[in-house]
Amino acid sequence: MSIELHQVSKEFGGVAAVRGVSFRVNDGELVALLGPSGGGKTTVLRMIAGLEAPTAGDIYIRGQRVNDLSVQKRNIGFVFQNYALFGSMTVLKNIAFGLKIKRWGRRRRAERVAELLELLDLCGLENRYPHQLSGGQRQRVAIARALAPQPSVLLLDEPFGAVDAKIRQELREWLVRLHSQLNVTTLFVTHDQEEAMEVAHRIIIFSTGRLEQMGPPREVYDQPANEFVARFIGVMNVFESEVRGGVARAGELEFPAPGRPDGDRLRLGFRPYAVQISADPAAYRYPAILRHAFFLGVVMRLELEMPSGLAVRARITKEEYTQLGLAEDAPVSFQIRQFRVFSRDDAAPAAETAVS
Amino acid sequence: MPATRFNPLPGFGLTMGYTLVYVGVIVVLPLAALLVRTLDLTPADFWRLATDPRAMASYRLTFGASLAAAGVNALFGTLLAWVLARYRFPGRGLVDALVDFPFALPTAVAGLTLADLFAAEGWLGRGLAMAGIQVAFTPLGVMVALTFVGLPFVVRTLQPVIEGFDRELEEAAATLGAGRWRTFRSVVAPTLLPAVLTGFALALARAIGEYGSVIFIAGNKPFVSEIAPLLIVIRLEEYDYAGAMALAVVLLAISFLLLITINLLERWSSRFRR
Repeated sequence: MSIELHQVSKEFGGVAAVRGVSFRVNDGELVALLGPSGGGKTTVLRMIAGLEAPTAGDIYIRGQRVNDLSVQKRNIGFVFQNYALFGSMTVLKNIAFGLKIKRWGRRRRAERVAELLELLDLCGLENRYPHQLSGGQRQRVAIARALAPQPSVLLLDEPFGAVDAKIRQELREWLVRLHSQLNVTTLFVTHDQEEAMEVAHRIIIFSTGRLEQMGPPREVYDQPANEFVARFIGVMNVFESEVRGGVARAGELEFPAPGRPDGDRLRLGFRPYAVQISADPAAYRYPAILRHAFFLGVVMRLELEMPSGLAVRARITKEEYTQLGLAEDAPVSFQIRQFRVFSRDDAAPAAETAVS
Repeated sequence: MPATRFNPLPGFGLTMGYTLVYVGVIVVLPLAALLVRTLDLTPADFWRLATDPRAMASYRLTFGASLAAAGVNALFGTLLAWVLARYRFPGRGLVDALVDFPFALPTAVAGLTLADLFAAEGWLGRGLAMAGIQVAFTPLGVMVALTFVGLPFVVRTLQPVIEGFDRELEEAAATLGAGRWRTFRSVVAPTLLPAVLTGFALALARAIGEYGSVIFIAGNKPFVSEIAPLLIVIRLEEYDYAGAMALAVVLLAISFLLLITINLLERWSSRFRR
């Protein structure tokens, strides 16, 4: 494995930023560290780089324990959120900086820089200074500079945070392409779940310094380890319910809860995609009014209002929307195909239950 | 139809006019008067007065000591600014306030204090005398006084620049394998250089014009520790207006050239910003 953390913790002045985190990133993998701001993911990245020292625990890079190895000797490539390009150096000198430090010969250096300029589509910008570049170009220079000395791992801190949406999409595609070409083990931090889902092979989800779940995008979406993950990855309707006679009730919604004692309070969740909807008010179990329909491109986001005022979010494709003959402020009916129960202590929830 | 282009910021005409009048009256007029007065002299007379051996010695002292003092300040002032900007330590506020002291202190007070301190029986002078170093009443003393008055210029110019320096740049250099010295040399120093040059220029300008603090410690021995501004005063006291004028014009010309040179250097050192 390329990167391994074993029970790593970090405190800043007595405040825990990272609590007992363990995970592995395999050779050649592209992994996202995902979580809300202040969740400790950047701290984890900086500890792997050696820019912060862990308070407890061990960090291994390529099987070697690096806790006592200085940043300079870890042979990592680090891309900072705000690029951190050297303003007094041209693009060429920025990229060659690490190679000069590592005492590469003039010829090899020139070859390597030319290769990276080509790879990151920076040809023709060699003699520009960073302030003469666009945000996307700066980001690519930062990536080229980090990759130049052939690091054993590439670490990126919110690599697409500071550019606008269109460039961000381009840069994501860059990263994926670059990774499949170079196959360098890559770990990047992001707070954007969509970005993590799109780019990464596996996602590590963080909140308040704890690792909540690690797995392929599909897995964390379909089998969230807890309510936090379920709500962070994708959208989810979550309701507080009370059990009566083996049925959990939240407003008009009823979910089977066999074997649960009366008075038990359960948190239930279901994805907007699990809502089946019809323009016929009597077709499905629950009547509601379609309050708003938001067009999001391929899918429509629908807001349903039940007679008690309970709001339910649903998602369907725009073809389905037309086919079903739905309209805003019209009565509809719906049913819920699957739901899951979140236990109170945030332990792993039961598998999704199908409602028939 | 108004002939001027619409400008969203009002008052350009008024402020520009005011600026020109102000600069004209405060700066250009006295300088022009000086130049006009020297026209009374024949070129030969001017040359004789301006290159008189005693005058030449005073130029060497004034510019030599000023350059040396500004150089010393550029080095140690940068260090001081670095410490003040980067570290939090007890007494930092006091040190920070003390830096401004040479700004505020009447120069005569500074001169008196320094002369007393470095005199043969002074606190510092005694020790230095035992080591065979004489400060008071020598060119070295002149340099000490000029260093004292120039320090705040360098520190106050650099402090905000260092405070605004992105630490991620140093971290980026470290992740690329650069040690501390290499990072300073390749990443930090080029960024600070324009500000160091600005501070150097300000300290130099102040040193060339300094009078009050120097005359007490210098001893003012002709050919040895007599600065050019003092020689101008001496000429005036001898009612030798022409001689004073000639000296003044030379000082003016050399100062002007020095400042232009530094300005060009500054521009060159910040070429990556444009």
